[in-house]
Amino acid sequence: MSFLLGSGAGFSGDRTDAAVAVVAELIKRQQPSALVFETLGERTLAAAHRAMRDDPESGFEPLLDELLAPVLRDCLDHDIKILGNFGAANPGGACQVIAELSTQLGRPDVRIAQVHGDDIRQQLHSLDLQRWEAERLDMPGDDALISANVYLGAKALSEALAMQADVVVTGRVADPALFLAPLMHHFDWRWDDWDRLACGMMAGHLAECGAQVSGGYFADPGFKDVPGLATVGYPIIEVEQDGSLIISKPANTGGCVTEQTVKEQLLYEVHDPANYLTPDVTVDLSHAEVRQLSPNRVAVTGIRGKPAPERLKTTVCYEGGWQGEAEISYAGPNALARAQLAAQVLRERLIFRAPAELRTRLDIIGLASVFDSDSGELQRSASASASGDYRLRLAAEHSERRWVARATQELLALYCAGPAGGGGVRRQFQRRVFTASYLVKRSDVNAHASLFESSPLGERRSERYVAS
Amino acid sequence: MLQAERTQTAVHPDSSVTLHQLAHARAGDKGERLNVALFAYDPDHYATLLEQVTEERVLALFAHRGASRVRRYPLPNLAGMNFVIDDVLQGGVNGALNLDGHGKTLSFLLLSMEVNSS
Repeated sequence: MSFLLGSGAGFSGDRTDAAVAVVAELIKRQQPSALVFETLGERTLAAAHRAMRDDPESGFEPLLDELLAPVLRDCLDHDIKILGNFGAANPGGACQVIAELSTQLGRPDVRIAQVHGDDIRQQLHSLDLQRWEAERLDMPGDDALISANVYLGAKALSEALAMQADVVVTGRVADPALFLAPLMHHFDWRWDDWDRLACGMMAGHLAECGAQVSGGYFADPGFKDVPGLATVGYPIIEVEQDGSLIISKPANTGGCVTEQTVKEQLLYEVHDPANYLTPDVTVDLSHAEVRQLSPNRVAVTGIRGKPAPERLKTTVCYEGGWQGEAEISYAGPNALARAQLAAQVLRERLIFRAPAELRTRLDIIGLASVFDSDSGELQRSASASASGDYRLRLAAEHSERRWVARATQELLALYCAGPAGGGGVRRQFQRRVFTASYLVKRSDVNAHASLFESSPLGERRSERYVAS
Repeated sequence: MLQAERTQTAVHPDSSVTLHQLAHARAGDKGERLNVALFAYDPDHYATLLEQVTEERVLALFAHRGASRVRRYPLPNLAGMNFVIDDVLQGGVNGALNLDGHGKTLSFLLLSMEVNSS
């Protein structure tokens, strides 16, 4: 019998009602299964560490309650394991929220496990670090450091499941490891069975971005049409003991699972397809094939594995000064010329109103923006209608807040002192986070799991059990 | 009859079409490195992609963004190829002043390339 892996969310900010249809389908199929929430991007973790400085009881996924409340009771009642990196900077805090929610839902007996060992901020400067190959930045000083987290593999998560956890809460782990762990636990694959590990890791890779494999982030009307995108079904991956994979989605949902959707996600964020590095296995996709079995069911075969890399990737987040944006719209007759004049006025003003090291960029949305370079090369060569609907956008960065505030204020002032008919100014600025990636030795990382003991509830005193 | 016309255009030996007519793509980022996976709708067009969507042409298409290197990994079983493009994200998701620091929209910059379909 296959094991089913359902996706409940693919990033922090994803639809919070997506898991409902997935859980209903998992219950209907009556097979061993797990539901995974992947909600932790690079920046999400830095934001969580910052939030925790201000409020020690925050620092985990802000929408945790909203994500779990609709499905937690059903999962507990039907033995569907839940795994999520929604612990972010404070997995213990997330465990507490889940314990309280379970009690409210009439299941105070829930077993919650927490994964430890990803946060290496305290020992960062004493470790043997290698710069990741695509990394150019130097290690920040201690005063600028926000966070340093290792991408853990599936082992500690699998140990948590061996402790009979119903819910496994992690901080930083490799996203697909959230899916590999329940497979390792269920099928009892060996940790050097590279081909199976690779299949399990790719099951996770295909599902970790939620709807991106089942019709989300795919539609291109007239070329790639997707039915029912407003109710797109999040994926369910069927995995067999031998590692074979079938991608599917819940009945009565929108979206589609086709060879095309699966191919796009198979290579998503992959570099060399013959050497896709994960903490537990190096995956070789160069012989992979996809085949439509029936509507909304696609098999992936030919995935191979090689030994895991020697070192683990670590992402370091540190203070990166301030960044701000401001925008103003021009529309109707001669709008392009008015937007271009507004840009010119801003350039002139910033020369004497801001320091030379203020880095800025000007886009004219509607003429050229996201494809353009910071120097506006496309903007100068692009042609567009003189009359139209254009939006001038300024982006600025500086180590000091006041200069970013000043620059965006200069755009605001175009209301009264700029070209005719400007409107709809929006202005915002915030602290910026830099990230840099390094490789650490496996032996320097102590990944392990423990069962969570929810202190304020007091009634249940679960044994404190730590495995390494 | 749009579909028929498109097919007719595609088989004419001297016809120039945008890559968007023949292929679909998705972009992803890691740091300052972008990958764009490109797949032919029709496996018969895979050879055209291999011949014309070269590392050199992709580097030229992304030159204004500061691209320093392009590597192409052909995936014949999938009628596709993966492009890895370095230094094209102007600081990446955390450092860029661009609206799209991830470079997610750049899959469609690749699809705007002109190719001669045969």
